[in-house]
Amino acid sequence: MFFKIAWLVMRKDLTVEVRSREILYTTAFFAVSCVLVFAFALVREGRPLEDAAAGILWIAIAFAGTLALGRTFERERHAETLRALLLAPAERPAIYVGKLLGILVLLFVVEVVLVPLVGLLFQAAFHRAVGWMIALLVTGTLGFAAVGTLFAAMLVRARSRDVMLPVLLYPITIPVIIAGVRGTAALLQATPDLDTARMWVSLLAFFDVVFVTLSLWTFEPLMTD
Amino acid sequence: MKRYLSPLLFVAMAMFAIAPVLIVRAPYESTMGLVQKIFYYHVPSAMMMFTSAFVCGIASAMFLFRGRASADHIAAAAAELVVVFGAIVLVTGPLWARKAWGVWWEWDFRLTSSLLLWMIFVAYLLVRKYGGPGSEKLAAAMALFGMADVPFVYVSVNIWRTLHPKTTVIPELPKPMMGPFWFSVAAFVVLYVALLTIRTALGRERAELERAFLDLEEE
Repeated sequence: MFFKIAWLVMRKDLTVEVRSREILYTTAFFAVSCVLVFAFALVREGRPLEDAAAGILWIAIAFAGTLALGRTFERERHAETLRALLLAPAERPAIYVGKLLGILVLLFVVEVVLVPLVGLLFQAAFHRAVGWMIALLVTGTLGFAAVGTLFAAMLVRARSRDVMLPVLLYPITIPVIIAGVRGTAALLQATPDLDTARMWVSLLAFFDVVFVTLSLWTFEPLMTD
Repeated sequence: MKRYLSPLLFVAMAMFAIAPVLIVRAPYESTMGLVQKIFYYHVPSAMMMFTSAFVCGIASAMFLFRGRASADHIAAAAAELVVVFGAIVLVTGPLWARKAWGVWWEWDFRLTSSLLLWMIFVAYLLVRKYGGPGSEKLAAAMALFGMADVPFVYVSVNIWRTLHPKTTVIPELPKPMMGPFWFSVAAFVVLYVALLTIRTALGRERAELERAFLDLEEE
């Protein structure tokens, strides 16, 4: 029952998104513009600084993710569907998981565009350790989205919610960014440093377990008023 | 709890008056000399910061899951104390680091995590102040996540070999340094309890005042 509800919520979000593709296109393009801005900031004499590619990738993911989260819940607030969701006879954590999965799919699609682009623009050989790269991206995005979905949901009715989301989200998810950047940088070296990457993936997995659990636990009391 | 406030404050002040004497009398550490003595304030402040983060987290959990309003007052007070003691840690640390390592700041894991913990609780206070109605619950969730962060910070030094001195330094302290160190810890604990009591009482009285105002308006 739990997974059925989560699946239904996710399907609803994705159906709405596929029809308009609004959030997807705007978020993806925002991520690309981000990369461009950083390209101009971090390129010296035509060559990017060392490790710039790793940093730029994860910053773009973080910024695009924040935007996607804000917009997704703004859509819910606008149509007042969040109340409808909460009134439905569904377990609240299942609604949270459904929303999380929807955001994850969105962010993965954006990353499919972003990673090759960053690789191309910054001469970063992401393809050399594809398995570990994907592991990093999956665990990192999951960690970021898990905390982000909870915070975005709870800020839906708050004042100054647009600026509050980054203010609350970034300090908590900086371990994700650190692990993502350092892991990616380890994989981008001349001979990919798989041991370091493995350590960072383990940290990210641990972070995911802790914070998804915490989010599932707190979603219910936060959404009741 | 309020009855004990005056004696607590008095004891705290007395201890802080005595502490510098003990610290001056403590022996110099072999490599760092005089600068090392800031550790007698830096480490207890850090201990209080982490304790307060835990107190805030637990109080927030009680508030979120049991709905106890008194827990919310404790959480707000504890969060403010995290920010205060955290500020002390983040100022005394670089002062020491400049002399001991040559740089004001290093992005090693423990320093970074401590800064993050501090920022999480600053965000807690921002949400409480500017989040609008219902912001106590949002802040409580924030505190829970902050509390989950504390083990990361503590364990970080031991797992990821970093520049910051290991936590095992304390059990290995030479005997003459133990006395002033644990005295400082005790002084900070007494101060912490006193401050927490004052601030919680203030929060509670503010809430009662608001309730009285609302009752008056309804008549």
